Amino acid sequence: MLNDLSIRICGQAGQGIQSVSSMIGKIFSRQGYHVFINLDVESRIRGGHNFDQVRVKTKPVYAANHRIDILVALDGDAVQQDLPFLLENGLLLYDGEKSKFKSRKPNHVPVPLERLSVESGKDKIMLNTVATGAVFALLGAGLEPLLGKLDEDYGRKGKAVAENNKKAAAAGYQYIRENIRENLLLKIGKPKRAKKKILLNGSQAIAVGAICAGLKFYSGYPMSPSTGIMEFVAAHAKDHGIILEPAEDEISAINMIIGASFAGVRSMTDTSGGGFCLMAEGLGLAGMTETPAVVVVAQRPGPATGLPTRTDQSDLRFAIHAAQGEFPRAVFAPGHAEQAFHLMGKAFNLADKYQTPVIVLGDQHLNDSFFTVDRLDTERIKIKRHHVMSDREILSPMNYRRYAWHKSGVSPRILPGLSKAVLYADSDEHTEAGHITESAQVRTQMMKKRMQKLEGMKKEMASPHIHPLKQGDVVLLGWGSTYGAMKEAASDLSAQGVATQMLHFSEIYLFPNLAFLKNIPKKARIFAIESNYTGQFADIFRFETGRSVDHKILKYDGRPFTAKEIVDQVQNRL
Amino acid sequence: MVTLDDFYSEDPIAWCAGCGNFSILKALKQAFVELGKKPNEIAIVSGIGQAPKTPHYLKCNAFNGLHGRTLPVATGLKLANHKLTVLAGGGDGDGYGEGGNHFIHAMRRNIDITYLVHNNQVYGLTKGQTSPTSDLGFVTKTTPAGSASMPLNPLALAVAVGCCFVARGFAGDIDHLSPLIQQGILHKGFALIDILQPCVSFNRVNTFQWYKERVYHLDEEYDRKDKVVAFSKAQEWGEKIPIGILYAKERPTLDEQIPAISKTSLVKQRIRPKAFKKLVSIFE
Repeated sequence: MLNDLSIRICGQAGQGIQSVSSMIGKIFSRQGYHVFINLDVESRIRGGHNFDQVRVKTKPVYAANHRIDILVALDGDAVQQDLPFLLENGLLLYDGEKSKFKSRKPNHVPVPLERLSVESGKDKIMLNTVATGAVFALLGAGLEPLLGKLDEDYGRKGKAVAENNKKAAAAGYQYIRENIRENLLLKIGKPKRAKKKILLNGSQAIAVGAICAGLKFYSGYPMSPSTGIMEFVAAHAKDHGIILEPAEDEISAINMIIGASFAGVRSMTDTSGGGFCLMAEGLGLAGMTETPAVVVVAQRPGPATGLPTRTDQSDLRFAIHAAQGEFPRAVFAPGHAEQAFHLMGKAFNLADKYQTPVIVLGDQHLNDSFFTVDRLDTERIKIKRHHVMSDREILSPMNYRRYAWHKSGVSPRILPGLSKAVLYADSDEHTEAGHITESAQVRTQMMKKRMQKLEGMKKEMASPHIHPLKQGDVVLLGWGSTYGAMKEAASDLSAQGVATQMLHFSEIYLFPNLAFLKNIPKKARIFAIESNYTGQFADIFRFETGRSVDHKILKYDGRPFTAKEIVDQVQNRL
Repeated sequence: MVTLDDFYSEDPIAWCAGCGNFSILKALKQAFVELGKKPNEIAIVSGIGQAPKTPHYLKCNAFNGLHGRTLPVATGLKLANHKLTVLAGGGDGDGYGEGGNHFIHAMRRNIDITYLVHNNQVYGLTKGQTSPTSDLGFVTKTTPAGSASMPLNPLALAVAVGCCFVARGFAGDIDHLSPLIQQGILHKGFALIDILQPCVSFNRVNTFQWYKERVYHLDEEYDRKDKVVAFSKAQEWGEKIPIGILYAKERPTLDEQIPAISKTSLVKQRIRPKAFKKLVSIFE
């Protein structure tokens, strides 16, 4: 019995890789297993080499494994590329009749995927469903949950579609039962607490978090890997009274959300690095006019177009510094789906409370990967609008000044059209009343007012996550989506006798209070783990804490870290 | 009753003496008074330039944003509170140059706002460079040999991309301009009013006198519902320059087509936390 199993489904774009992975993922997560699915796709609609990798574990999992137990090749030619990753006793499933690949090894199992698909429904389109059925047989699992899921997924497309898919799945399942020895099967043990889980990816978690935080207006321009957020919001906009307006470009997107936010509704946009470049001036506009704005940036490797469908962590410094001039902002970087959900709630509350932009950094690895979560507690997101005033709450509406001095830096905000008074907002330096000014004195006062917010904001930032608290000899330092690989690496290293702690930041800017340092031993060797060339966060960490990292483990090939890579590199340097 | 005094702003005006913007400001205030719009029912969004300072000089809700980004801000604002009367304003550089892409797409959307472009065919705030509407051969500090690019024809462009209210006014004719602005505001949908606005400091060619000799009012006979006629009328420039409504035909506006705000404006809607639980359940 295994307690950790990875299935890689590879093939061409358009072959239905994702329906195989999501079906397997969903069925196991419903049975209480922990599941992690990562997507490795090329920037094309059809063809190429792509894979999804489903990891099923009896214990929590947030990252991919470096080795695979089952390789499913929907396209014969894909076999050669992925075979080196297959474990010695792993199983390869490929179309023996359609593939140039030939093998006599007992664990290389040829299945006539295309023929079985055509026989089940006169169409080769269901070969992915044949493969899914075969996978369940390889796992020694029952077929019933899969048939139920097919009914659920294809039922809406008509009875015939569902029936044909069920036939296809049964054909694949049966073929394996009849053609493979029982002792080759890879069975997985039961999870300890078989509590039903939910499965969602980072983009969905971000979108749901935003909706539960009271999102009302959304504008964006599609850009991988952020588009999933916009599509999710679009699909659910009607149910939640959200207006989604597709923008002509990212400049328009950020300016539209600023307009809507000025009018008083919670607004957001999302993009990737390239689009965020276009948004930079708008970010400053939110800062200067003191308009709340939430911007999600799903990073991908740059510069310029870079690797559009791959992952990277190179935009951290950019997010912290984007736009001319100085103004307060916060930057978050969730490590997994559940954290992304909750941080969206915090992002909206902070943006409102400090009337300034908040940036949430994701990346392809966070946004596209699926995570299991026990449940998303929607009640934990408390919507606090802060400082939005009605006429009753303002002493003298007719003398209202939008940027009235306050030592916290935040002035109460009225909403246009909902007050007897009017308000002026300005991107020029302005007086308390919001009119353009050239006065040196007013400029100084207004800079102080805006920057004063930093003091309050600093106190809002949560401490980094340290795991375990027990002091170690090695500390793995990171932020954002490396969470899963780091956590697993820390645990693996500890098991190998190297006491290791993970120090993970999801709230990066403003840098949290330094109290957490007491849990990090002075003599511990710090390894920075980052998906960029320069170790951007390591430098910020040194600047903020005075502590240099001892080693940097950096990766910039567009692929996510696995725990194994971290473990090996740490061991090599000890 | 609303009076001109209600629109008094204490902010001192920073325009050059004799600037065409003064008459546009006056025409705008008059239009609000005639329509009985109160200052708090109006929001004006502007960008950067001399014209975008306009909202400071009257009483209304105002968002003076970035250069060229007026229309996206106005669009977001209108969608979030479509009960507000939303106007956008700026110059030819702001709207037709820096904000050209937004100009096209705002017209496609047909968001219900009125867009006043103070078109002086030159950059004023940066002190006299060529603009997208400068005539061929127009000599400036950045085009010492004369502007070599075809001037943009905003009205023809507007007709082509489906703008459903396309008009031209003249800062030297307030009695014509003010009612034109009123009609733009009353029009349901995106209304473009390109206003010929002489720049007394940097445009010595297209002066008040130059325009006065050329502009004429479109008469009762003119068929403003015909797109082809409008497109052809929009080509008229030089000896004779038509002012008035070149094209007006209503079509559904963006805000009308969103069921979520058919009754209540977005900003007044309550959050329904009960729906969140259902939303999360789709991942089970």
